Parts: sequence; C-alpha cells; structure tokens
Amino acid sequence: VQPLGLAGPLEGLRVLDLTQHVAGPYCTKLLAIFGAQVIKVERPERGDVLRHEGPFLGDVAGEDRSLAFLDLNVQKRGITLNLASPAGRAAALELARRADVVVESFRPGTLDRFGLGWDVLRAANPGIVLTSISNFGQTGPYRDLPATEIVLYAMGHEMYGTGLPETEPMSMAPRLNLCFAGKTAAVGTMAAVLGRRLHGEGDWVDVSIMETFLSSIDRRADSLVAYAYTGEKMERSTFTSGIAVPPAYNRCADGWFHLSVSQRALPQIASAIGVDESELATRWGEWCMAHGKREIVARLQEAGVPAAPVNSVADVVDDPQLHEREFFRTVEHPEHGPLRHAGLPFRFADTPGAIVSPAPRLGEHNEAVFRELGSTLLDLARAGAA
Amino acid sequence: MTPPLEGIRVLDLGVVLAGPYGTLLLADLGAEVIRVESTQHFVPMTRGAMARPPKELIESWPPISGGYPDRDPGERPWNRFPWFNQTARNKLGVTVDLRNEDGRTTLIRLAAEADALVTNQSPGALDRLGVGYEVLAEANPRLVYVDGTSFGATGPFRSYRALGLQMEAFAGHDLLRHYPDRDVDSNTWAVTADAAGALGIALAVQLGIFARERTGRGQYVDLSMVENFVGLIGPIVLDRTANGRTQGALGNRDYAAVQGCYPCAGDDRWLVLTIRDDADWAGLRRALGDPEWARDERLTTAAARYAAHDELDARLAEWTRGLERERAVERLRSEGIPAGPVLDDADAYADPHLAARGYFVEIEQADTGTHRYPGWPYRFKRAELAVRLPPVRLGEHNEAVYKGLLGVADAEYERLRADGHIGTEYAPHIL
Repeated sequence: VQPLGLAGPLEGLRVLDLTQHVAGPYCTKLLAIFGAQVIKVERPERGDVLRHEGPFLGDVAGEDRSLAFLDLNVQKRGITLNLASPAGRAAALELARRADVVVESFRPGTLDRFGLGWDVLRAANPGIVLTSISNFGQTGPYRDLPATEIVLYAMGHEMYGTGLPETEPMSMAPRLNLCFAGKTAAVGTMAAVLGRRLHGEGDWVDVSIMETFLSSIDRRADSLVAYAYTGEKMERSTFTSGIAVPPAYNRCADGWFHLSVSQRALPQIASAIGVDESELATRWGEWCMAHGKREIVARLQEAGVPAAPVNSVADVVDDPQLHEREFFRTVEHPEHGPLRHAGLPFRFADTPGAIVSPAPRLGEHNEAVFRELGSTLLDLARAGAA
Repeated sequence: MTPPLEGIRVLDLGVVLAGPYGTLLLADLGAEVIRVESTQHFVPMTRGAMARPPKELIESWPPISGGYPDRDPGERPWNRFPWFNQTARNKLGVTVDLRNEDGRTTLIRLAAEADALVTNQSPGALDRLGVGYEVLAEANPRLVYVDGTSFGATGPFRSYRALGLQMEAFAGHDLLRHYPDRDVDSNTWAVTADAAGALGIALAVQLGIFARERTGRGQYVDLSMVENFVGLIGPIVLDRTANGRTQGALGNRDYAAVQGCYPCAGDDRWLVLTIRDDADWAGLRRALGDPEWARDERLTTAAARYAAHDELDARLAEWTRGLERERAVERLRSEGIPAGPVLDDADAYADPHLAARGYFVEIEQADTGTHRYPGWPYRFKRAELAVRLPPVRLGEHNEAVYKGLLGVADAEYERLRADGHIGTEYAPHIL
C-alpha cells in the first residue's frame, strides 16, 4: 500500500479490523496511516453501517459515497466476511491468527456469539491484543443499552456545563466525540501492543466510550475533580475574560476572532491598533469592523497577544499555515478521482506514515487477502465472503 | 499482571493541560513519568492561575479554576489545584532551573536515562534554553521527543501564541458547536484541542517507541495541536473539499435523525434521545402512549420526521416536561430508544453503572486530603492499572531522582538546593 520512503512507525504491525461506524474505524485509521497493515472486515452486501450515513459525495447516497466512510477508512484494505457463517468465522479466525491486533466494536457479547471471543482468539494466537470498543464497556448494568453519540455525550461528557444557563445544554460537532473515543482506544491499543513487547503477554482492552468522555480534560475530568474538592457543579455560562473591552470573542469585517486578554496586555493591544490605551474602549469596535480576522490576528500576535481567527471549515481548508505545512493530502479514488483529506495528526521526522490509498470499496481486497491465506484456505474464505 | 508500559521512562515538561494529561495517560498505563518543574518559574494555569492566589480572589472564580479543596488555597496551593491534580497521579516530581548551566546539565542527564520527552511549552522554548531536540538526542539517540505546539514547528504561524481556546477557534470547532440561532459567543468555552492534543501526545510517544525497536533510534515528533484536532473533523473537511459545502453548527441535531435535548421536571434536568429509524419511531409512539399527533400520516418516514423537527421538538418537550428525568429515560429505553440523562457532576459520581465498573478512584494526597477522581478511559483483562502514587507535589521526588537515578552526591545535592534548583516551594517573589 505504501510507497517507499513513507514507512510509518507501525510498519510491520498487522491489524484485523472488525469495527464499524465511527469510533472503531477512526482508531484503526490512526494505526493505518502510521503504517500498520489494516484489513477491514465488513459484512457482505450492506457493509459498514457508516456507508449509509450522509452527508454523501454530491449529496447522492451510495455505498462508496459517504464522506465519513471515505475519510475514516483511508489506508485500509477491505474484505467481506459473514462472521455468522462457519466459513466466514473460520476465515476470520485464520486472519486473527496472523494478526498482532484485533479491534472490534460490536455490541458486547456479539464476538462471543460469533465464536471469536477473547478466549478463542487467545487460544489461536496467544500474543494477541484485542481491543473492544463499546458504548458503555463490556460489563456493568448499562452494557446492553442502545446509545448514540449525543446520549454518550450527555452521560459522559461536559454537556451539562456547556451552553447558556437559560436554555438546553449544547453538544459539539457531529462525530467529533466518537472520533475522540476512537483516538483514546488507539492509545489503549498501543499500550497493549508495547506491553506485549515488554512483558511478553497480549491483553484485552475494554474501551467504554462513555468513560473516554468522563476522563477527558475537555473540562469533564477537571470539573469532576473540582466537584469532589468543593461540592460545586460546573454550571453553564458564557466565556468572559472579566474585561469589558476587548472581550474574548470580537466581531470584525469578515467574521469573528478570539483573544485571551489580561489587564497587563491592554497597552500591547492599544499599541497594536495604534490608539492610546485610554481610547481603547471607544475605538476598539470600529477598528475591528474595519479589518479582516487574519490581519487583526497577525497584528495582535506581533504584539504578543494570544489571538486566533474564528475559522469556518472553509477557512481551515484555505489556511496559509496549513498550506505551508502541506497538511491536506490528496488521495486518488478510482471512482471519484482526487479527494482531499485532513492529513496526519503529527509528524515523525524519520517514519512519517502516509495517507495515499482511498477507503476500500466493499470487498475490494477479497481476492488479494484470501490468496495470502494460501491455496488450502482460499475456497473457505471465498465461501465466507458471501 | 504488570501494567503495560512498566519499564518505559518519560520526562514530562508539559504545561497547562495537554502535556500533563498526555503524560498522565502514559503514567496510568505504567510508565515512569518524571515531571520536570522549576521553583523559580511559574507557568499560569498549570499548578494554578497564580502560585499563591488570595482566598478572597478564588472565591469569585468558577470551581474549575478556583475549586481548591473547601475553597481554601492552603499553605501550598500549587499542590491543591484541581485540574493539575487530575493530571498528576502516578508521576514522580523533580525541580530544576533550566536557565543556567547546572540545570541544563541535569536535564541532559535525565534525558540520557529516558525513553521519551514530552513538551508543549511555547514554540522553541527548550531550544532557547539550550535543551532542544538536537542537544538531547546527542546525549541519547534513542530518545523520542514529542514537541506539542499550537500550530506546528514550521510555517508562518509557528511562533504564534495560543491557548486551547484559540486553537479550537482556529481549527474550526467554535463555528460547528454553537446554538444555530445565536452567535458563536453564546456558548461555553471548551478545550477540545487540548484534550485531543493530550491523546495525540500519548499516541505519538508510544508509536515512537514502537518504531525504535525497528530503527534503533528515537526521533523528533512535530505535533501541531490544530492539525491534530482537524483530523477529528475529517468528514466535515471532506464535505468542504469534495462538495464545496461549509458546514455550520447543528446544535443538538443530527444530519438525518430526529434528535435533541429536552427539559424534564425539576430544576435544570434534561434528557437526550435519538430517533434513528422507523423502529425507534414506533417505540417512541408506544412510550408516549401513541398520542393523536404522532399518528399523523405525514410522520411515517424518517425524512418527513426530520422535516418536521421543530414540531417534534415541541411535542417531545411537552411530554418530557411533565416527567421526572429518570422515569422518562426509563420509559424510552424500555422501548429500545437510545436515550439518556444529561448528567451533572453529582449525577456522575452517583451513577450505578460507573460504580459497578469501579470507574472512580479514591486517592489520598498529603496536601489535599482524600477525594474521588475520574479513573482511566479503558481497562485491561490481564494488566492491572492502579493508583500507585497520589497527585505529585512540587519537587516531591527530588532526592530519589537526583540521588537515586542520577547518582548525585550529597554535597552536590546541597549545592543545587542552595542554588535554587531543588525545592518544594515556589520562590518567594512568585505571587
């Protein structure tokens, strides 16, 4: 999959990916773009549920047109297996035998019902690392409850303390927090992989999405500690710096910008906009409306004030800093042509990793992967793929 | 069984949130994390907004920044600050003043004994102190050095300063998460980019150590908190690059399913629910006792229900308002509908599921007392994660690290103490 020179830090790590939807695929995407060989298993015919969730490319539904599916599955090979059939299960077990890591996100208990649970996998491959990602974890009274991202967000994250006091609590960008959970799962998975190298044993990592939110320092973990210390809850409120002018969020000619202001920085701000500090309160709004956010931020940063444009996604895609760093990566999709994706989350000087191959079409790599299993297993795998 | 990262040593030069939390993830997984701090220099919002905040001042701050135990900063406030302490368990603490030769030598000696170093100090800060990557890699070519900055180590904005608030605004999230009918400033601050940055840091350290087994060498990792965050909204980026659409804030709504947050009986009690499909819709009708309005022919398809979202929101709120939150949630769940309460901090500590899973951990720390803390975000079947050390106090392990790890003799240790490297309190001039 990877051209020479783009070998990632995980070169040589083999991952069997039994996940679907968002959290699991983002976890395995992180492993894949950093060089692991990831084989994504989907059920025949319908495939990953995310293939059927919009927004779609050109706003036309289709199993290879879900933007989220296309983005979260780059750099993986894709096969189909019916895990409920004996042939499909046998082929999956064979692939697990050859893998270092299995990641799954079925409802708890499903893997066992397929005959592919922890004990079975471990018997087949004693060093295996299994990561199970689920809404509430593999144990506990909520284990089998249905949930969506907003339900998990409400129960685990700082939803209660986000928004205006007089109206309903507010969530975040759609799918963002499920990706956050997937990233947390990647941290736990890599710990188990290193643990096997250091201590010779595999392990089963139980990731509860709700708990990844409770442990998040996007305020929830911190507000929980503050509550334990004081008995006071985090309440909803808007952000103020305690200084009337300038406030944290400011309107300007082409939108908004944000700055962190302190009493000490007021002279710097005044000099950045070329007024006397005593005139700041009267001249600030007018000055902002006469300038664009990028220009304003450049001036404030020059004066040493932490400030940023409040960017739309369009601004992010056109941002000069991200361009200079060649953050976005173009991948050639056989049907759709070039697709421009968000790039690698961090850069290794010697082993960068890559985003060069598109999300697989359903069953695209069946023959290639099954042939690697050898001629004796080829027919079995083919039977399991339907 | 031993925790997975036992045997890995990490130097934590993290500040504020992302660095310290990234290394906490590694510490909880068994790594020996040594926090490197200075008694001569205070980084605001790491061990507090101020080193010695007056009691009267913190009383006016919200609990997240002023929530010292019993609202009392105590004699050593820097050991009692809640958001620092949340990131400080299972770590060793050492102090060193990097602004002079002895301090630089100490850090280089520590780096020689470490597998990884994590920093999210301002861009180039360690280079200017003479302890940047080149210097430390010369002392230890196997060192994995993760440099977390707001915008990355290169590019025109590389020296821009930003807190998590600005990174999040820059990365596009503020305009994706506000009330759709209000301006962007009508919402609560968040530090999503810091939280994601911490995960990126913990992952980068582990990937670097994994690669080292193959290459035999450590390496430099350039982590831009903004870029690291943008990956989490990859599908929204692709909607822009491929469809030319700039998504705005959906509030509590989904792209296609009816979903929302609704008020329940009592003071500030809320629930959320999603109607994913026709089966959920049928379940909702049963849960509500199949009222007249729900039998409307117009509402039989998901697309039609989404088009009637405002009307359904009003109907649902009317129903939830008359019910206790737990009762309404129970009724929805019994019909298979994904629903849940919006838990506040008190609710979370009282939650039976979290109790059954033993999620919260109790920790006693000498300057803070005994409290419950959020635990780790995953558990292992075989390896045992545990609280091995309480939230680290400033300079708590100076003797063990200087003398035990670095072999510093007693006389030199006393000299370093006299010179202001070694201590457990911030210098008196620091407020």
